[in-house]
This record gives sequence, C-alpha cells and structure tokens, in this order.
Amino acid sequence: MDHEELPIVEARNLVFAYGTTPVVRDASLSLPCGAVGALIGANGSGKSTLIRLLAGLLTPSNGQVFIDGVPLVNIALRERAKRIAYVPQSTGIVFPFTAIEVVLTGRSPYSGRFSFESTEDEQIALAALDSLDAAHLAHRPVTELSWGERQLVTVARALAQEPDVMLLDEPASSLDLKHRMQLARALRRHSTERGIAALMITHDLTLLDSAVDLIFAMKWGRMISIGSPEVVLADNVLSDVYDARIRTERRRGRAFVWSEL
Amino acid sequence: MHVYELSAAVVVPLSGQNCDLSVISNSKPASRERAVATRTPGRLSARIAIPVLVIGLVVSLLIGLYVGFHPIDIHTLQTDPIAQAVLFRLRLPRVIMAGVVGASLALVGASLQALFRNALAEPFTLGVSGGASLGASLAIALGLGINVAGVPIIFVAAFFGAVLSVVLVYRLAHSGGGVMLPGALLLAGVVLNLCASACVLVIQYLADYNRALQILRWLIGSLDVVGFGLVWRMLIFLVPGWLILGAYARDLHLLSTGEESAASLGVDVQRTERVVFIASSLIVGVTVSVGGSIGFVGLVVPHAARLLFGQDVRMLLPASFLLGAAFLVLADTLARVAIAPAELPVGAITALLGGPVFLLLLRQQRRYSAM
Repeated sequence: MDHEELPIVEARNLVFAYGTTPVVRDASLSLPCGAVGALIGANGSGKSTLIRLLAGLLTPSNGQVFIDGVPLVNIALRERAKRIAYVPQSTGIVFPFTAIEVVLTGRSPYSGRFSFESTEDEQIALAALDSLDAAHLAHRPVTELSWGERQLVTVARALAQEPDVMLLDEPASSLDLKHRMQLARALRRHSTERGIAALMITHDLTLLDSAVDLIFAMKWGRMISIGSPEVVLADNVLSDVYDARIRTERRRGRAFVWSEL
Repeated sequence: MHVYELSAAVVVPLSGQNCDLSVISNSKPASRERAVATRTPGRLSARIAIPVLVIGLVVSLLIGLYVGFHPIDIHTLQTDPIAQAVLFRLRLPRVIMAGVVGASLALVGASLQALFRNALAEPFTLGVSGGASLGASLAIALGLGINVAGVPIIFVAAFFGAVLSVVLVYRLAHSGGGVMLPGALLLAGVVLNLCASACVLVIQYLADYNRALQILRWLIGSLDVVGFGLVWRMLIFLVPGWLILGAYARDLHLLSTGEESAASLGVDVQRTERVVFIASSLIVGVTVSVGGSIGFVGLVVPHAARLLFGQDVRMLLPASFLLGAAFLVLADTLARVAIAPAELPVGAITALLGGPVFLLLLRQQRRYSAM
C-alpha cells in the first residue's frame, strides 16, 4: 500500500470501561499525518479517555489503535514516546522544577539511561518554549507559574519530544485569547512544517474552524460525527452533540457558536 | 437520536502535505539566534558538585575517626597498640557503618520522594522502617537471630516487613485514577508506624525476658560494631540495592514530574515502582536490622541536596548518597561525644534535626499547588 495513504493515527472500535462503567463504547477515528483535529463533546462523553487510549496510557478492552499502520501494542514504550506526545490537563508536578527542566524531560526518549541531555537537546527545548512565546519562563519554577503558563510549558515539552502525533487534553483551557491563538498557530506551523498530526480536546468551538482541519464529535462514548469544521459546526450537529439548543452563524468566513437558553 | 454519517476514512485535502515522516523528522528546528542560558543560575553542575561532595565526605570521615573519648593522634598511633586497636577495630568500622547507613537511608529517601512525588516521604515517615522493625522484632522473639547460609534471618524478616508496609502505604495513598494524595500518604505512613510499634510492644510483652531485652536493645539501635564482619555482610545486600536505584534514576526523574507524563515519555511505571519498592525495602530492611530505626535522614539530606542542586533526580540520588554518608558520620560523632563517656542514640540526634525540617517542608508544601 502506498505509504502516503496511511493515516498516522487510527483507532478501530475502541471500548473501555473504568471498572464496570463503560466510558468509551465504540469509538473509531483516523487522522492523516499533518492534520490538526479537534475532539469535542459534552463533559463525560469519553474524550479524555479516548485520548489516553490513543496515547497508550490505557489499554482498550476491545478494538485497537494503530500508529502509522502498526498496532500500538506492538510498539515498545520508548519508541512510542518518540512518536506520540501526550499533553495532560495537569501534570501533577509538585516539586519546583524549572520550566526548562520540565521541557527537557521531553528529550528523554532520545537519551540514554545514564546520560544527561545534550546541548542540542537544550536548544530544542528552548526553541519549543520560544515557539509558544514562553522562553522567558525557562528558569522559573513551574510550581509558581499561572495555570496558563503551566499549560504552555507542558505543550512545549510535547513539542520537544519531536513526535509524529500530539495528543492534547484541553491544552487551551486556561489560556487567554492571545495565547490560544498562539497555541493554535504553533500547532498549525508544526503540522505543516514537520508533518506532526495533532488531536486536541477543546470546548472552545469558536477557535476551531480557523485552527483545525477535522472535528471529531463524541457522545456517550461513541463518535457521532466526523468532518471538516463546515460540516460539524452546524446547528443540528452541535445541538445533538451537547443535547442543548446550539446556534451557529458564519461571519467573515468563521463560525460563531452560542447556546440558547 | 440521530447518528450522523460516520466514515472512518475522512481525508481532508491538505495542501502541500508531505507524509514521509522520515524526511520531515530529519529537519531539525532552526536553532534560535536569541541567546538564552540553558543552565539555571545558582545551581552547581555535576562536574563540580560531585568532587566537592566527595571531599566533604572524606573530611567528615576524618573528623569521625579523630574525635572520640579515647584521644588519638599520629604520635600515639605509632607507639600505642591500644590506640591502634581503638582506631582500626572500633572507630574505623563504626565510622564506615555510619557512612553506609546514612548513604543508604538518604538514597532511599530521595528515591521514594520521587516515586511518591512528596518531599516528606522517606523510610521513617512512610512507615517502612516501622514495618522493618516489626519484622525484625518478630524474628528475635522467635529466636531466629541466627544466620542461614551467611544471611542473618533478621535481615530477611526486616526486608519482608519493609516490603509489606511500603506496598500497603502505596495502596492506601494511591486512589483510583492514578492520583497520589499527599496527605493520605503521610497519614497512612504515620498510622502504619503506630500499628507496627504497637505490635512490637505486644511481641515484647509476650516474649521471654531475655528476648524482650534483646528486642529493646536492638530497637534503640546503634552503629557500634567491632571489626568489619558485619559491614561486609551488609554491603553484600546494600550494594545491589544502591546500584538498582541508581540505574532507575532517569525513570524516577521522569516519575517525579507526574505519573502520566512519565508513562507518555516511555517509562514503564509499574515495573519502576515494583523495582524501587523492592530495592528500597532491601536497603531499609538491612540498615534497620543493624542500626535500628534512624529517622529523618532520608528527609533532611535530600532536602539539603535539593537546595544545593535543584530538582533533577539524576543529580539528587548521587548527591543524597554522598551527603547522607557525611551527615550520619557527623551525627554519630556528635552522639558519641555529646555526653561522653556515655553515648546518645544517633536516632535521637537525627530526629532532633529532622523534626524541624519536616515541619518546615510541611509549611512549604502548602504553598505550592500541584501543576
């Protein structure tokens, strides 16, 4: 098969339950390389769990994840870390690591068990911070940063990993408008320049149609709609996704979304 | 409910996309012109730090050898056989023993702190020493204070006590979803310690007089040894434990930035936890079997190392190891001379120093919110 036709990430019929509570019931998706995708859905619809399944942090009870056509379970952990970067909602860092130290951990899949990061690694880490306009945070302890700044640091770590796929769990939830656009632009740039595919969970629908190529909409653990922003950002689709009366309007080529009371 | 068209192969036209990732990943991001220092100012680099720590350790060993009830100087050493005996049969083994125990406890403390992501974790506060004491007391009460094939049964019993408590404390603090609750961790540790000491009391009460006294003497703990036999026997177990923890320094470093982060960076979290638990229990079991429960070394020393070298666990482990050795040698020297000719238990000294540091850290921990 021609290499270029393979999606970089593919999930087939994933099923997962925490204990006996099913969270992901039957979710499939495929993301071509270089594409930026958004995963939307109401709270508790299984988005974060799906992202964790794709990242290999959870193992599906049914179904399979493929990275570049290879089953994820067949890829060794360190090899996975070179291909998939995961940005959690919060990392749970309790020690006052400096931001650059956190970003440098993104280079660990490339360095040996007993070696520290090289000067080149440090440059890559700094460039990652810089691409998010966060180089000035490099030597500040992350425990003293604001939530938005911490999110930038975590995304920078994922960029420093130089992955093929970035999976982001609400990376913009604490970012201000300027930094949201900056993050969207950075993801877009990395996807076009280096072919990184990105999939991010978001509730910010207004940002989407300028920032992403594909939207995946989940409801009750199932994928109910997949398509370009023009297709998914429509009244009837969104109203079904969120079980609320959602209105959209296109103005100057962008979709504006709000919910009616 | 209406289900919209679900097609697995939605291909969006991506203008100019190149999917050949092998080509793309070769192109490194352009290095930035803007000069930003990558080293955080005020931190010592490993190349300077390790020699400085080694020199510090040697100095403290010399102090430990020199200071004591029986005065020793170069001149008397050359002529006086008693001075020679005191130095080589008593003082040298004891100083070495203190160094070995201190290095071990500090190394385990730094490792457990990374694993539990809690600066207050250490063998004593997590109840691991308590479990080891219980195991050892049980062995003494049952009259198992003998060697089997060169391995003291008491080591084995203390090891199992330590493993049991570290796993128990981990299970208690590790709620579903991988979230570690710092408060729950310490509470579980404290309660485990209390339960263990209650059990030891019961064992002491039930044991016959001689053995009860043996347990009591042993519980107080002492680094007093004659000759090097016991030191060698300990090292057979401790050295592998040290090496294992050292080999996992990178994984512990990544784990200290969060469990999910570590997993997504290629760390086998479960295996790392298991290996570190076993290595730590081995080390704590053996040191507690010999020196009794010496608290707070694993807390004070890594804390000092963090202040000097920052948070990188790959730096903290060797630094804590060297600092821990120097710390306990000096603490033991103080214990020997403070009320000479009598001796203070070295555990009392470390606790007097460690208690305030613990409270200080507790205050600090409230200030930081988890990222």
